[in-house]
Amino acid sequence: MSFVQNFPFFSIILAMFSGIISSVLSGKKARNLSLVMIAVTTALSAGTLLFCLRTGESYPYMMGHFPAPWGNEIRAGILEGVTAVFFGVVMFLAVLGGLDHTAEDVEENKLNLFYIMIDLMLSSLLALVYTNDLFTAYVFVEINTIAGCGLIMIRQKGRSMSAAIRYMIMSQLGSGLFLIGLSILYDITGHLLMSPAKESVAALAASGAYRIPMLVIMAVVGVGLAIKSGLYPFHYWIPDTYGYATPTASAVLSGLVSKGYIFLLIKIFYRVLGYDNLVSSQMVNVLYVFGITGMVMGSLHAIHETDTRRMTAYSSVAQIGYIYMGIGLGTQYGMVAAVFHIFTHSATKALLFISAVGLYEASGDKKDYVSLRGAGYRNPLAGIGFTVGSLSMVGFPMLSGFISKLLFATSALESPHKMLPTLIVLAVSTTLNAVYFLRLVITLYSRRRPEDAPIPEVKVRSSWHLRLAILCFIAVNLVLGMWSQPIVQAIADGLAMFG
Amino acid sequence: MSRRRDNYETSRWLRFKKWVDGETDPLSSGMDAIPVVTEGQMRERRKNLALRKAYDEELTRLSAEHADKTEIMKARGIRNFQKFYKVMSVILCLAIISVLLWTIAALPVTGGADNPANNEVAARYIEKGLQETGAVNIVTGMILDYRAFDTFGESCVLFIASCCVLVLLRLDADSKNDNIKKMIAESDDRHFEPKDDIILQKCACVLVPVIMIFGIYIVLNGHLSPGGGFSGGAVLGSGLILYLNAYGYKKMSRLFTEKVYRRTTLCALTFYCLAKSYSFFTGANHLESGIPTGTPGAILSSGLILPLNICVGLVVACTMYAFYTLFRKGGM
Repeated sequence: MSFVQNFPFFSIILAMFSGIISSVLSGKKARNLSLVMIAVTTALSAGTLLFCLRTGESYPYMMGHFPAPWGNEIRAGILEGVTAVFFGVVMFLAVLGGLDHTAEDVEENKLNLFYIMIDLMLSSLLALVYTNDLFTAYVFVEINTIAGCGLIMIRQKGRSMSAAIRYMIMSQLGSGLFLIGLSILYDITGHLLMSPAKESVAALAASGAYRIPMLVIMAVVGVGLAIKSGLYPFHYWIPDTYGYATPTASAVLSGLVSKGYIFLLIKIFYRVLGYDNLVSSQMVNVLYVFGITGMVMGSLHAIHETDTRRMTAYSSVAQIGYIYMGIGLGTQYGMVAAVFHIFTHSATKALLFISAVGLYEASGDKKDYVSLRGAGYRNPLAGIGFTVGSLSMVGFPMLSGFISKLLFATSALESPHKMLPTLIVLAVSTTLNAVYFLRLVITLYSRRRPEDAPIPEVKVRSSWHLRLAILCFIAVNLVLGMWSQPIVQAIADGLAMFG
Repeated sequence: MSRRRDNYETSRWLRFKKWVDGETDPLSSGMDAIPVVTEGQMRERRKNLALRKAYDEELTRLSAEHADKTEIMKARGIRNFQKFYKVMSVILCLAIISVLLWTIAALPVTGGADNPANNEVAARYIEKGLQETGAVNIVTGMILDYRAFDTFGESCVLFIASCCVLVLLRLDADSKNDNIKKMIAESDDRHFEPKDDIILQKCACVLVPVIMIFGIYIVLNGHLSPGGGFSGGAVLGSGLILYLNAYGYKKMSRLFTEKVYRRTTLCALTFYCLAKSYSFFTGANHLESGIPTGTPGAILSSGLILPLNICVGLVVACTMYAFYTLFRKGGM
């Protein structure tokens, strides 16, 4: 066993350990530790990814002295590696970009608590990515939920309290449903580890025993994780949560937390329930319908919004709809498109939230359209960042959003019954995206008029962290948009390893 | 310059342009959830409360009275929506409950010998658990040795939950925020609490040592008899809370302050993390860990389980006590 194979375990434990240590550190030290830790874990994940690419296969890693069905186990493969690296990069840039606002929004003596949340959030995301055991997944879903609540309510201004309560209730509902699903699954298969559970599920499906519990498991696990990731009819917590948290928290929650749950759902679909069983049980069709409804309804809500942060939050509802539509297509290719859109959306949405910070700084912390008029001239880099993010969401060529839309459209061609609705809704949703995102971009680059209220003390230059983060996010978007082929290939290989 | 159309002011293009410029607010008309309540409507509402049956006639009469018909329609719409919402939520809950009950009926019978859950996993825990972990209490062996990673996650859940409560409820005396200073001044209600309650103190005098010793016993014997870190920690925590109630913060602060709380949690979790990391690392790389399991049944046996139980117990006790003090006014 080579030393590199230990890296997934190291990265999870390192993230948890820095969270524990941060409880006695000062805010500044906790912040530095957190940044260093995120960088190191990302490097470790990159090592894992390279190892898996070189050997071309996935491997299980025993957590302790006891082999799989008795002890805990994690598993690393290409898709896990890509996702972990990507989550690490987005987390690092989100924390870096929001540094100043975090220091402003969070009380000084509680700053270390904020970074404890960030550290444990990263550890739970990594554990959700690497886990090979359903109960381990549940434990880390809990950590993820509580850390998410903490990240929202630490701002203690405006409506962040009610947003946190709403998030907690919805998220706990999702966790509860997920747990019910796991209990039933354990009852009928006798396993919590994914690989043996999959074997028993396949045997049960072949013999036709326990058909009702199987159906309920699929529905309950699917809906539970869909609530937690904010799929359309269960999205009511999203706008407040993303709109009133501190910028880092908004970027992390919209870019990573919901994606972690979707990744877990894909993993359970492939590694436990069996994708063919889901397709034959019509569960994917339910997700598909929710997904395409969300694509349109999220955008319509976003058009109604006057607060630009809430608008960006509603656009997340639409984008989550895209991902579930890809999952719901029921083909391998649709799943690749969905996973690619996970990456696209987390890079782009984090870019939008972080660069919007620069624009608000240049507009006296106002978030409505009239105050933002001309902000693109006052803070050029943030303006460029927001424009790139908007164009990517709309699907402009060379940017990542274009590639995911292309993948969705081509994968729709493979499923004859769903081709027409998918293509129509893609077109409608893209137009709606363009309506609200380009409206904001036009606002950013139109001149202020004399009757507009004057802006109090404009901060012309943002700090170097923010500018660096925006530049890196733009670079990530361009990389995803222009060199997408190897990434798409890696996703396809990784999904094949899941199967 | 071309001539503008006569009806340019009302044209769609101008409205669209205004919307793009952010001048019009699509929410300003028709979307308001809160209707403007006039004196007349307040009266109407009170009447409605009294006379639910006569609701419709009332409404038409009032609408004739007040020219503002749309407001009443809106209020009625909201009320209807709320009724609809209540009914639908009840129906939805009943539907979910019945689906889950129906599922239970389809599950294997509880306690059946050939249930799927009675497989090689449980068999090995029962047959080889004692030999492999050295713990007489199989449950402890399972959660702290076979599946120790999950249990570490659980302790982190407690840790992060107490961090969240600290975020929410801790008031810092040296805070610069005026609002918080005011809250601290308001919240200091400790001198209103009954002090030196003789009955409580005498009872606590007898009970607290027993509770504490019992808690320590449960923690230390977690690998030998039913119990362990989680349950023993809860007993310890309740002992601390009882002592606090009987003797007050001043005496308690000699033993337990926020500093102590933080250090204990830190040490316990750090030890857990390092010890288990070592064990995971050696296990995964197939190295000898060199931790003896000892003779089963002895107090110093079963390798890491005893120290880990102590760690979990400390974390649980501290978290319980911290929750109690933070949910009262005034903090630790």
